[in-house]
Formats: sequence, structure tokens, C-alpha cells
Amino acid sequence: MPDKMDAFEPERYELREAPAHEFALSRREFAEFAGAGLLITVTAAVSPAQRGPGRGGGSEPATLGARLHLSEDGTATILTGKVEVGQGSRLEIAMAAAEELRIPLERVRVVMADTELVPNDGITAGSRTTPSTIPAVRRAAAAARELLLKAAIDPESKKKFDYAALARSAGMAAAYKDTLPAGAVVTPVRDWQVLGTPRNRADGREIVTGAHRFPSDIQRPEMLYGSVLRPPAYGAILVSADLTAAQKMQGVTAVREGAFVGCAARTSLAARKAVETIRANAQWERRDHPASDRLFSYLKEKAVQDGQGGRRPRVQSKGSIEQGLGQSGKKVRAAYQVAYIQHAPMEPRAAVAEWREGRLTVWTGTQNPHGVRDQLLQAFHLAPDKVRVIVPDTGGGFGGKHTGEAAIEAARLAKEAGRPVSLRWTRVEEFTWAYFRPAGLFEIEAGLDGEGLITAWDFAVYNAGTAGIESPYRIANTRTRFIYCDSPLREGSYRGIAATANNFARECCMDELAEAAGKDPLEFRLANIENPRLRDVLLAATKRFEWQQRRKSRRPGIGAGLACGTEKGSYVASCAEVEVKNGQLKIREITMAFECGVILNPANLRAQVEGSIIMGLGGALTEEIQFENGRLKNGSFAKYPVPRFRDAPRMDIVLLNRPDLAPAGAGETPIIAVAPAVAGAFFDATGERARSMPVRPIRRT
Amino acid sequence: MTFRFTVNGKSRAIETEAERSLLEALREDLGLTGAKYGCGEGQCRACTVLVDGKPVTSCVTPVRAAAGKKITTIEGLAANGKLHLVQQAFIEEGAMQCGYCVPGMILTAVALLESNPHPSEAQIIDAMNGNLCRCCGYPRILAAVRRAGGNHA
Ligand code: FES
Ligand code: FES
Repeated sequence: MPDKMDAFEPERYELREAPAHEFALSRREFAEFAGAGLLITVTAAVSPAQRGPGRGGGSEPATLGARLHLSEDGTATILTGKVEVGQGSRLEIAMAAAEELRIPLERVRVVMADTELVPNDGITAGSRTTPSTIPAVRRAAAAARELLLKAAIDPESKKKFDYAALARSAGMAAAYKDTLPAGAVVTPVRDWQVLGTPRNRADGREIVTGAHRFPSDIQRPEMLYGSVLRPPAYGAILVSADLTAAQKMQGVTAVREGAFVGCAARTSLAARKAVETIRANAQWERRDHPASDRLFSYLKEKAVQDGQGGRRPRVQSKGSIEQGLGQSGKKVRAAYQVAYIQHAPMEPRAAVAEWREGRLTVWTGTQNPHGVRDQLLQAFHLAPDKVRVIVPDTGGGFGGKHTGEAAIEAARLAKEAGRPVSLRWTRVEEFTWAYFRPAGLFEIEAGLDGEGLITAWDFAVYNAGTAGIESPYRIANTRTRFIYCDSPLREGSYRGIAATANNFARECCMDELAEAAGKDPLEFRLANIENPRLRDVLLAATKRFEWQQRRKSRRPGIGAGLACGTEKGSYVASCAEVEVKNGQLKIREITMAFECGVILNPANLRAQVEGSIIMGLGGALTEEIQFENGRLKNGSFAKYPVPRFRDAPRMDIVLLNRPDLAPAGAGETPIIAVAPAVAGAFFDATGERARSMPVRPIRRT
Repeated sequence: MTFRFTVNGKSRAIETEAERSLLEALREDLGLTGAKYGCGEGQCRACTVLVDGKPVTSCVTPVRAAAGKKITTIEGLAANGKLHLVQQAFIEEGAMQCGYCVPGMILTAVALLESNPHPSEAQIIDAMNGNLCRCCGYPRILAAVRRAGGNHA
């Protein structure tokens, strides 16, 4: 298991960030801290990504007891550091345990993301829960079942032996402390009773009655509400702030330390009002900040070619790109652009922090519980056993909640107030100060031989990232380059990370190559694909969509496009039918075929694919962050349209089950095939190439 | 100032600023966290509650505008532990991913079905379009509302 930053795609910039703040120790704290010999750990602190296990896979806990617990009532509890943000991990883990223990799903409880109780399974990212955590859970549960079987045949045990009895036995107490047996045999796919069947969230009742407490819903005795002073523009530095008026307000705690200024009060309205009094006369030093209308030329100017800051361009070559291009009869050169977008999960960042006798407990919405714990350790110079992070099932993540800003801010306010503090970012804060999905600029040059086969592929990516950068097509001569840029905005992970952008540029260019070769986009791809799994999804999608018939029947203003791709071990192809009327692009239908190995929960898989398609249509059609003078121009749902009920097209989804293949994650990959299919359909309808995401005909500088 | 209203069948009084949003008063003063904050500007309807049976975005409704009225939040929808038809339909259709938007979705659908017990597909979409789901679970939510409206499509 790789555990260095190298294990992460470079576009996961947020994992390399230092904590949002690092606060000073009081004299007393300093004495305690130095006395405990802990100063060293802190000064040597590195980013959470460097410290935590790599790639979201985590490290397997050493003992059975760290992963699984049997209760005397015959129920089982599974412990995991993964979080539930709507992707269905809690249910999937319970299903895996129920399968191996051979008990009903209702008898499995899953404790997630409480750093005091659960093993560090790494960040919930990269679609790693299915390929990494599920096998670990299955092995632990299978080991418990083996113990049960052994105990049951033990001649000493006269009476019926079940999990309840096993839970009471001395043997089990010892087994918890044992290292996990390596060879526990898991149930083969053909014998699955629970896995592979469609299941819905087990806690539906809590959700529909409002009983479930999301991070922003946690309430503690004596709790206050917080609000934080944000800079008036990107890059602005606080020069002075006067807290006197705020401090005079009844029940208000106001604090400034370094760049951090915030207030806590009995209500969030009172806290905001207190912050307003500080904002009224705060002095800032402003910096120039570029405008998004010249974003792409800016990125190119800011390309880091000299490797400064460890950001050397990443180049991979196969064959000879010069020769390949030299030999090709026809060539295509094109540039593509992908805008910054924001995750905008329904629940913004939120945290409740509570200090008790020097120990800090934080309930927060993050995909990275152990990482946020480490950030808190660093921000407050605490020993590892002094911080507990608990992640209640959270209102959406999409790769956007890998950091601990709200946790740190709430903890600072709570420390000052001496009472628990709840802090929930406003929507404007979430739009403005959360990290964005990187924008990207792509330059592609490709060549064809006389048969319409690709002979050369030169692919340069500025800023977007490296996920999905390699072409899945059969090409003898390739060169791919990823070039870092100094981004004007804070950047980081997003559902599918850079695979969406890379696949957009690549698949759009594949359409242009098909045209140059005088071939249909499907025929052209099939001629250049060698991976059978990719071919299978492409064939499945186009068959369901009736691609050939639709391409033949020309209807004014209506077009069809397709795209395919692979990422994170799963395969996707989609077809889009669009209508362009009076300059308006409308999606009529999306057909998608998806294959992620053996299917664990078909109901959840379908929901994830549907969600990916519709979310992907946002990025394909409307979502684009605009900024000027260091401020967002469209940082609200009123100005930044995201998909709504009316925008959901007719969808036809083909799930290809492969019981012969290990399961891969499915929450991300479907999104990568949405926008390029739309762009292809747009061209088919209008005869105009759309070389940008969001898809539109006119190019910007 | 003191404001009185009926919340989920109980009369309640709170002492607060008149301009305070109903959403914050419900959540912070009455501990009713079922209504969610999603945007604070009337764009997502995660904060939907029923005021005299009508769905309102409580984030942009000042407390004073709700004074004297009957408020139903998601916590008050089930009667004596028996789920409302719409709640039941959301469970049966698995109409939730993260679930954060669900309380607002359900209350919007309840209001729709009160005034139109068997809405057409277009009427459902019209009524629900103001409610955002960032997990984009719209197909299942539609299926749930359809089911509650007696149309198992
Ligand atoms: S929070 Fe009220 S409409 Fe979004
Ligand atoms: S289920 Fe997550 S926002 Fe709707």
C-alpha cells in the first residue's frame, strides 16, 4: 500500500495544504506540551495526506477486534473509518458483513468515522471503499464465522452455539486481540444471498422523519453558534480589525488570532451581526487577481515549466511522437477548455466543537476523518489522544469535503467561548472558500493512417490533473504531458477528479479524428479500441440507444453523440440525444452502459449512475465559476445553475454485471462520459464543434 | 420580542428578533433540525416547512411572518408514529442518497398532494422544481411522489 503523496493524483491539491490555521499555544499549554515531549511531533508535522494511508485504501487494522465486534444479543458491529456522504457505503459494508456472517442485514450495525473507535481506513475518496474496505470487512466477518464454526464443532460446547454464545465466550475475547487471520475464506459470488441484491438505505425512517442528525444538526448543551469573518476578495490580507464593538455585544465571544477572526453567540444571527461590526472597519490589503474571462490564457502564462515547487511537468511517452505524427496521412490539432466548477453539496461545511478538560471532540462533515483529526492536532498542538473526530452521515461530499476548515474554526471559537460551538458555512462561503475542481486547458495533436487508425497521440494538459490522462485506445506513438499552473483559485478533488476533464478533451478529439477519417464516431472508436471491457460497454450503450438508426434519421435541430472511457477500474459508455433550438441546448436523452465488475448492490449502483449523469449534465451545460477582482460573480444557486428536476433527461441505464471480476467503485466514473457525449451530439445537431466544458460553440481566450 | 405559533400541534412561544429567520428559530431555539439550511436565499427549498398547510422557504421567512400560524416541520408529519404516505413512499422507492434534501422534498410533495391528490408527471415536476438535490436523486424522488400520488409508473 503506497503511503506517500505520490500515491495521490496531483490534482488532489487540498491534501497537500497545511491546516487552515495554526494557533499559538498559551504559556500553560506550552509547558504541558513540551513537558510531554510532544513538540517534536508537531514541528515534524506533515500534511494529512503524507501521514495518512495512501489512496483512500487505508491500512488493514491489525486485530479482528479493531474491525468487528459481536454482541450478546446476536448482533454484529463493524467498525470503519469510511464515511457515508450519500454514496451508499454504510449499506454496502453492512451487506458485506451480513453476507459473510450469514446473518440478516438488520443484525449488522456499522460504526463509521469516529476516530476514537474505528480503524483508519484512509480518506473516503477515489472510489476505494468498494475495492479496499469491502474486502477487509468481508475477511474479518469470514474470520468470525470460522470461529463460530470451530466453536460449534468443539466437543466441549454441548449446547447450540450461535454468535450470541460466541460473543460471551472466552475464545472470542482472545480472538479480538489476535491478528486478523490472513486466509479467511470469503463467500464466492455464486453463493451470495445478500450481496448482489438490491437494497435501500437501512436508516430511511430517520431520514424521512428528520430524526437523523447531519453534522450541521448536532446540538450540545450550552452550545453557541459561530460566524467567521471572510476576506473581501481572494488574496486579501487582514491588516487590522477592531473587535471592541463585537465584544461589547451581549453574549458574544469575539476572537482574532492571526488571519482568523470569528464570533460565537447564542444564535447564528447574533454571531453574524457581531462579525458585521468587525467587518465594518476591518482593513485589508488587496492583491491583483485575474478575471475568469481570460482564464485560459492566464493559465497558459502561469504554466510551471521549470519544476518550481516540486511541480515538474509529468511526461509519459511510448514509441516516437515525432515519427508517429510524421507518418500520419491526416492530422487533427485542437485545443479544449474546461471551466472551474464547485461541488456545492447540499449541506455546506459544518462542525460542532466541544472542549472538555483539554480534550477536543468535533462532529463534522468530512470525507477525511483521520486527516481532519491530524489537521486539528496540528492547528492546536495537541497530542493524538486529545482529539476525537466524529463524522455523522453527511449531506453530500462529491470529493469536496477532504479538509477540515470548519472543524478548525469551530474549535477555535469553542476554545475561546469555553462552550461548544456550531459553525456551518453559508452557501456563499461554500461557493467562495471551498476548493474548486481545477479548470483545464488541453492541446492535442493526433495523426491517422490511411485505414483510419490512430498512429500518434500528443496530449498536453494544463492544470486539470492526471486522472484518466492515458488514452485507453490502441496507439503506437503517444506522449502525454501534465503541466502544473499557478491557479488563481483554490483547487482540489471532485467526483471523478481530472478524469472528467481529460476524457472530455480526448473523446471530443476522437470525434474530430473520426470526421477526419470519414468515419462514424462509433465505427472509428471500435476500430481503435483493444480493451474488451471498454468495447463491451460501448456496444451495450449504442445497441440500447439504437445508434445507427438515430444517426441515419436526420431531424432538424436534433443530434446524437457518444463517448466512452475508463477510470478507477470501471468502464462507461454513453449516448446523448440533444435538441438545439434558438441557441438553447436541451438534453433529450442519455443512455449509459456501465460496468464495475461484480455488482454489490444494484439499487445503489443505479442511483449512483443516475446521480452521476445528472450531476455531470451540470458541468456539461451550465456550471462555470466566474470571477473578477478577486470575487466570484456567480457564487450562489441563483447565479450558478445546477441541475433541477426539469433538467433530468430521459435516462436509459444498462448495468453490465461481471461476476467473474472483482468489484470496483462506481460513484465517480459514470460522470466522465456525460459531457463529451453531449458535445458530440451538439456537433451532430449544429455542425459546430464545442471545444469547451460547459459545452457551447464560442471559444473564449 | 415574543412570538407565538403552533408548531407540530403544540403552541410555542419564542423570544427573538423580529427579522430572525423562521429556519434559525426552529432549529436553534426549538431544536427542530429537520428543516435544513441549503442556501439561505430561497433557491433550494431544503428549509421547507408548512405554514398553514402551504410550503414556505423558512430561510427567507422572518419569524414575525409566521406568528400566530400553524407550522408543520418534518418532525411533525408522522401521526402517532405512523409515517405519512409520502414518507412511506420515499422509503419504499429508496428516494435518498445523502438524504439532506429529503425533508424539504417530502413537505413540498405533501403540500402538492393536499391540493392535487393525483398529479400528472408535469404537475409533479412543476411543483418540485424549486427543490434542489445535489446528489441528483431526482428520478427516485419523482418515483416516490408518483407512488404517493397513486401512480406506480
Ligand atoms: S435554505 Fe431556504 S431555500 Fe435554500
Ligand atoms: S439526497 Fe443528497 S441532496 Fe438529495
